[in-house]
Amino acid sequence: MAIEEIKGTDYTVQYDPDSTTVDFAGLLSLGGAKEYAPITDLLNKIIDQQPEQMTLDLRKLEFLNSSGISMLSKFVLGLRKKKGTQLVILGSDEMPWQGKSLKNLQKFLPSLKLEIQ
Amino acid sequence: MEKIFGDYIEEFSPELDSLEMTFSPSTRSIQKRWSNNRLSAQFVADYFSAFLPTNEDPQNCDRRIKESKSAVSYVANELLENAMKFSDRTSKFKVRFGVYFLEDDPEKNSQITAVIYATNSTTPENAEKFQRFLTQLLASDPEEFYVTQVEQSLEEDSEASGLGFLTMINDYSAKLGWKFDTINAEPQILTVSSMAQITV
Repeated sequence: MAIEEIKGTDYTVQYDPDSTTVDFAGLLSLGGAKEYAPITDLLNKIIDQQPEQMTLDLRKLEFLNSSGISMLSKFVLGLRKKKGTQLVILGSDEMPWQGKSLKNLQKFLPSLKLEIQ
Repeated sequence: MEKIFGDYIEEFSPELDSLEMTFSPSTRSIQKRWSNNRLSAQFVADYFSAFLPTNEDPQNCDRRIKESKSAVSYVANELLENAMKFSDRTSKFKVRFGVYFLEDDPEKNSQITAVIYATNSTTPENAEKFQRFLTQLLASDPEEFYVTQVEQSLEEDSEASGLGFLTMINDYSAKLGWKFDTINAEPQILTVSSMAQITV
């Protein structure tokens, strides 16, 4: 896969295949699962290639609505059945929502490495 | 018919400060201006932060402002998104969205509660469906209910419902309440107001 980018007015989601990292930046508050589908599809496409590790870098993501949290939760929960890839999620202490909401993801996938920097 | 669920404040003292906005939820405005929900929520959050006490040491104060802005904008955006999504567009009833500021003890400038609410029209069917969901929500352990809802959405390949309210409760310790009201008998027009109280 080459570098892929999904871009909206207020956000970018960019996949770098060399580091199997998806960078999220900006403000994400799309209307629902249908609107989040391109991002869900990208994440699933990466997992289907069974990389050893996959990183979601959320450190520059300033805002995520509950539909986005739902999208992430579903993706993380789905990994329970797909063993073999270590998921790493990077968060930032500078973004108050991340300290509050990201820890919930660990309930869905205990092996998840959550690093809030 | 008036029906209340959870913690709902019906009357506010007239001397309280508040801010209210109204929106016409036509299909066009909902799709074309979806990001306006977040902009309105962030405006309310910015406005609210001006009410926070500034007599703490600056570093603490910055952090508190940042955290409270983030909490208010998240909760306000969820309430407004719901109101826009679920309002009955045939009724021409405008979505009302706003915030009240409650000060614990004005002398001490200690804690402030933001009471954020959104009101929209709804059909009798949707109101009934929503009330069934609220009964379930209020009887649940919200942490467990959150997990159940996501698990179910994965099985059914749907979007997990109620996560907005559940994250407000679990992540922001919000107190939630709802009021259903009939504002017109024939044709029947119902409204529902959702209210979240968060203390920062």
